[in-house]
Amino acid sequence: MPPATALHSALLVALRGVGKAFPNGVHALAGLDLEVRPGEFVALLGPSGCGKSTALRIVAGLSEPTEGVVAWPQTAAPGHGENRIGFVFQDPTLMPWASVFNNVALPLKLRGMGADKAAHRVEPALDRVGLRTFSRAYPRELSGGMRMRVSIARALVTEPQLLLMDEPFAALDEITRFKLNDDLLRMWQALRTTVIFVTHSVFESVYLSSRVVVMAARPGRVFAELAVDAPYPRDQGFRTSPEYGAFCRRVSEALSRAMAAGGEP
Amino acid sequence: MKARASAGERRDRALRIALPIVVLALGLAAWELVVRIEDIPPYVLPAPGNILRTLISDWDLLSRSLLVTLITTFEGFLLAAAGGVGLAVLFNQSRLVEYSLYPYAVILQVTPIVAIAPLLLIYLPQHAAVLACAWIVAFFPVLANTTLGLNSVDRNLAALFSLYGASRGQVLWHLKLPAALPYILGGLRIAGGLSLIGAVVAEIAAGSAGAGSGLAYRIAESGYRLNIPRMFAALLLLSLAGIVIFYLLSLINYLALRRWHESALEAER
Repeated sequence: MPPATALHSALLVALRGVGKAFPNGVHALAGLDLEVRPGEFVALLGPSGCGKSTALRIVAGLSEPTEGVVAWPQTAAPGHGENRIGFVFQDPTLMPWASVFNNVALPLKLRGMGADKAAHRVEPALDRVGLRTFSRAYPRELSGGMRMRVSIARALVTEPQLLLMDEPFAALDEITRFKLNDDLLRMWQALRTTVIFVTHSVFESVYLSSRVVVMAARPGRVFAELAVDAPYPRDQGFRTSPEYGAFCRRVSEALSRAMAAGGEP
Repeated sequence: MKARASAGERRDRALRIALPIVVLALGLAAWELVVRIEDIPPYVLPAPGNILRTLISDWDLLSRSLLVTLITTFEGFLLAAAGGVGLAVLFNQSRLVEYSLYPYAVILQVTPIVAIAPLLLIYLPQHAAVLACAWIVAFFPVLANTTLGLNSVDRNLAALFSLYGASRGQVLWHLKLPAALPYILGGLRIAGGLSLIGAVVAEIAAGSAGAGSGLAYRIAESGYRLNIPRMFAALLLLSLAGIVIFYLLSLINYLALRRWHESALEAER
């Protein structure tokens, strides 16, 4: 498994002085610096309105920064159709008219892969999230947690280098969220991918990530970075350990200071 | 508690079917009675029984006319569906085309078809003119609904397609058209009834005799001949045709959407 704080390994992606001003004059981000190394699990934590999601969309290339650069030191910036990035939205964002199988196969189909060949990738992807038997079901026949699993399977079907997740479990109940947290960690380790995970939950950020990046709002920027150097795999034992509690307290304090620095909306 | 609720629902459903039938029966009985008691001549107001007899005795003539009207309606409907969806897709792909043509689509829609039909009959052969009328009346709801549907794509899904480098064609075929399908089907359901109206208006405006004459022409012709029972019989057939078209399109709508769209799903209990 990747070391949690491989400080000297090369960067996968780096945001340098990134700013984003919307046409309505809102400065979502200003001077945002963020470095992500291969194999890391980075949590972006912050109050709502701090630009976490905007930062994620900029990394994905879905939004252009108005200042600064997004650098991909190891590789060229991911061009269209290369599938180097997987994205999971807060909503499952599935096509309601397509079966689970066809939803997961979408990235492969858009790349021009034939159905037979795609099936060899889709079936393991569904296995990974435990939904193999549901491949013919339609999204609305599934529970919220299962839909989110489909969304994760779709993001991972291309085996991306970088998985971007925008508060994916915020709308789920706690039992489902804990289960999905564990499954996500398992997949992250098995696939040796890199994850940037946006959340507004201190507990979730500490449980999942090897590094918590705390952001402040107005304008959105990095306020503090805290390494969570507890070893993986993590499980219920970690969730109830004093060590976990101590990490949560530190991150919580950083978040409180970040919110004070961000001022009231 | 539950059993009582479902018994109540059953009774509600039975009433929904039974009450309109009762109203129909009462209305027809009153009509028949008034005609008989007042001894109204059939060229003023025929009794329902008389209309039914005319329907049966004139079935040969009327059924041929019905077929003519139905074929025109169907052709007009197909053209409206193709034209409406096609134009909407074209507008969606090219803003310039949309800006250039959309105002004229609106003008075609807002100008009363009864006023356009005589002009079309001057410049086009009769069959083409009738078809053009059916098309003009029916294509706009398809165009408007399809346009709305194509613009109602989930933003995050669109972002996902862009992330995976989808081409314009892929976005259209795999994202926009499926997302628009419920809207398109809604437009088609309106267009079905409207293409019948368009065909009828054009037939009445055409008004020329011949073997290929549709039901609306039969109504006009019977009017001139004071054959009022046949007017009613032809009108009855037109109404029935409209109802059948509406329910057929509703059925298609249901079959196409039942797996995924809220509108076609049965209420969950």
